[in-house]
Amino acid sequence: MSSPSSSNAPALEVDGLSVELRTRHGEVRAVDGVGFAVRSGETLALLGESGCGKSMTAQAIVGLLDPVASVTGGSVRLAGTDVLALDRAGRRKLAGPKLSIVFQDALTALNPVQTVGAQLAEPFRIHRKMSRKDALAKAAELMERVGIPDPKARLSAYPHQFSGGMRQRLLIAMAVALDPDVLLADEPTTALDVTVQAQIMELLRELRTERDMAVVLITHDLAVVAEHADHVAVMYAGRVVETGPVQDVFADPRHPYTRGLLASVPAKVGRGEELRSIKGGPPELHAIPAGCAFQARCPMVADVCRTDHPGLAETAPGRAAACHFATKEPAHV
Amino acid sequence: MLTFVRRRIVSSAVPLVVVILGVFCLARLTGDPAKLYLPLSATPQMREDFLARNGFDKPLIEQLWDYLEGLFTLDFGESLRTGQDAAGMALRAFPATLQLAGATMLLAIVGAVLIGSWAAYKPNSLADRLSGLLSMAAASMPDFWFAIMGVLVFAVTLGWLPTSGVVGGPEVWVLPLLTLLIRPFGVLVQVVRGAMVSALSAPYVKVARSKGASEPRVVFGHALRNAAPPVLTVAGDLTVGLVNGAVVVETIFGWPGIGKLMIDSILQRDFAVLQAAVLITAVTIFALNILVDLCHALLDSRVRQAVTA
Amino acid sequence: MTVSEQKKGGDSMTATLDTAAQPEDARSQAGRTRWWTLLLRDRVATAAAVVLLLVVLATTLGQLLIGDLDTKQNLRATNTPPGFGHGWEFVLGSDALGRSVLARLMVAGGTSLSVAVPAVLISLIVGGAWGMWAGYHRGWRENVSMRVADIILSFPSLLLAVVVLYIFSPSAANIVAVLAIARIPVYLRTARAESAELRGRLFVDAARTFGTRSGAVIVRHIAPVVAPTLLTVATVDFCFVMLAESSLSFLGIGIQPPDVSWGLMVAQGRQYLQTAWWTAVFPGLAIVITTVSATLLASWFRLATDPAQRWRLALPRGRRGRRSAPVLPEVTQ
Repeated sequence: MSSPSSSNAPALEVDGLSVELRTRHGEVRAVDGVGFAVRSGETLALLGESGCGKSMTAQAIVGLLDPVASVTGGSVRLAGTDVLALDRAGRRKLAGPKLSIVFQDALTALNPVQTVGAQLAEPFRIHRKMSRKDALAKAAELMERVGIPDPKARLSAYPHQFSGGMRQRLLIAMAVALDPDVLLADEPTTALDVTVQAQIMELLRELRTERDMAVVLITHDLAVVAEHADHVAVMYAGRVVETGPVQDVFADPRHPYTRGLLASVPAKVGRGEELRSIKGGPPELHAIPAGCAFQARCPMVADVCRTDHPGLAETAPGRAAACHFATKEPAHV
Repeated sequence: MLTFVRRRIVSSAVPLVVVILGVFCLARLTGDPAKLYLPLSATPQMREDFLARNGFDKPLIEQLWDYLEGLFTLDFGESLRTGQDAAGMALRAFPATLQLAGATMLLAIVGAVLIGSWAAYKPNSLADRLSGLLSMAAASMPDFWFAIMGVLVFAVTLGWLPTSGVVGGPEVWVLPLLTLLIRPFGVLVQVVRGAMVSALSAPYVKVARSKGASEPRVVFGHALRNAAPPVLTVAGDLTVGLVNGAVVVETIFGWPGIGKLMIDSILQRDFAVLQAAVLITAVTIFALNILVDLCHALLDSRVRQAVTA
Repeated sequence: MTVSEQKKGGDSMTATLDTAAQPEDARSQAGRTRWWTLLLRDRVATAAAVVLLLVVLATTLGQLLIGDLDTKQNLRATNTPPGFGHGWEFVLGSDALGRSVLARLMVAGGTSLSVAVPAVLISLIVGGAWGMWAGYHRGWRENVSMRVADIILSFPSLLLAVVVLYIFSPSAANIVAVLAIARIPVYLRTARAESAELRGRLFVDAARTFGTRSGAVIVRHIAPVVAPTLLTVATVDFCFVMLAESSLSFLGIGIQPPDVSWGLMVAQGRQYLQTAWWTAVFPGLAIVITTVSATLLASWFRLATDPAQRWRLALPRGRRGRRSAPVLPEVTQ
């Protein structure tokens, strides 16, 4: 789980990233000042409930936001260069060889009317200007690498002829085709059954080590985070509320939301104990309250939470939490 | 692929057979075919001669046999107007219509794909709204009136283009082509736009962009092929409907095609020629439907599987 | 979250409202007032509705005002150009026989509408009922119906009209019959698809388990749901039928003199294009105005009857306008 960091400078550094959405309630901030960093060979998990802005963060990083959303602030540095400052052509050059993304729904993410061979060969055709034949040979190699049997024959097959797990492998193959420095994986296993999930996560881990990639894993699955990530950033209502090494954060969560999440995992609860869930749901984006966004659901809520928004503050070396009471021991919840 | 073609031919042949039998029945439905085939001034003697000569006095089933035999030997009788072979007249008129219709559909599809994709690329932009309004107006335009307005402005007032005829340079094509083009073009722009909006918002488009694909590659390489099936279906229907437009355009501009032949033979009560023209058109439409189905299958492997499975 | 997902979300939210399983009176009053407010909010659709209303009024009530002006010849005032110098009846000029173009437009419009409206209504009722019946019973009834629709649609409508009108003389009743038959498949297909889909829904099942006869289920439960879609189709189809009738009349195989329709007026005016352009221009303009208005109203109608789109019309008419920014209904990621 903990792989050695190969260099000290982070491969991807996100700072103060904000995304706004146009809705019928006016402009709302879906991602608010999100920041994190990942080093090569490491995995950072972006953890949160659905709706917390983690997918939008990923799409903002790769520059694939829907037209209703736009980045309104912050920086995304890839080996030092701010990609948000680049023009479209500049970003296109990075897409594939430097920065890549695996989407969650492999059925719709693969083009239904193109052969998988053509789709896998596309990165080589675009960035390395290879001939069709050479690119297809590379595509076959990739398919073999991600564990698709009989790759040469299946180059001319269409996506609907593959199973869900195989489609996800194809998507991953496409994303790692050009050895990207940073790989974002947006819920890569949600649509799959449990045994296939494990295989896909294993494949991602192998590829990370083999190609020394920095991986950002977007997920709502605590078990996946515990098993496959080195660092974790917990998101709530568009903000990062707690960060740190996975082991430390899970052993001693400092934010009541993280604590609530961990308490709702069956494996952590002893026999006979009550399985807790966090009461209520996250606030609507157009109605985020002043002060702390978690106040309505927080067992430790105090007056200061209703007026002051807690910033992300260091609680221990390499760890931070956004709670007014982050350094206090929790009252029994 | 061969099974596919065979199946499509069989299922598309049903309408053709219905048309063939329909023309046969309709011609005999009024009770007196002589009324249809002969001029109104025909004497009773002429009628009897006609009935005997063409076998209308035989039992119906024998008539049907003769009729079908005539179809296969391309013998539809003679034109009352010219005394020529009716099938020959229809076949001679056919290429003129085919040229006009082919050029129209080519222009309509290429133009609609470009403008529709442009509109769909930024939904709700000024370009989108403008093309939406114009294509809507074009689709609900009476083509005969559009043609006359074209004649009024460019031929009568400005004198740039001829009012009718096919003799001359490319300028004789302009007004007929535009007239025939306007409604299919308007409809197609709207269809392409709708299909492209949904194709461009599909996840695989994001994936293509994440691979660093250029925008033309995303639009024409990835989205367009997925948007093609509905466009193709509508384009096929519009080509069938082009016969409607061709009748109007050829009449107005004196284009010697099959549409003008049909209207002329109606107005001069020349049933043999009308029958030949209708049947040749029906056969063409039959072939066209098969062609459209084939294109569907070539575009999407799922269609091939669904039909042959 | 993508735009399409948002739409799906909106759809499922409103779908329950739209199944119209509620009793009749629950939908009535509140629903009706909302249609009016929705229509009035859309300036373009309101204008289109007003224009159509004016056309109907002019061609029905207007005829009472003009008396015999449409046939009264005045050979000393032939081909008067449009203008205000010759009294209100010659505002749009006079034709080659000195008849008022305005009066003839009104009478001709009446003829055009009296062909188009019955043709649309007949094909709507026959095709709609047939389609609902076929879709409800499935099996061979559905197959045969669809084959019949295919056959009619694969044949150009004008060609059908040409052959039929050649054999049976071209009278208004025959034109209505031919156009109605040619357009039945359009409604048949739409109604069949919707009714086949509804058949599987819970409220139809419930009615069937109570032993309701199929005819009653179709009338009470399926027809109210399918009706809005069919009406949208009918509005679009009105243009088609109107254009078909005017084409036929223009070609000389539709409405026959001394009766007159807009298409026939264009044909008659065509001979005087050089000397009296207005006799051909105005009737064509009348057709364009009517068909474009109907199309605009139909596209509004389509938005208003589509639960996934209806919210767009409910937006305040702000600076951004109704159709400008793709605004999302709800931000629930």
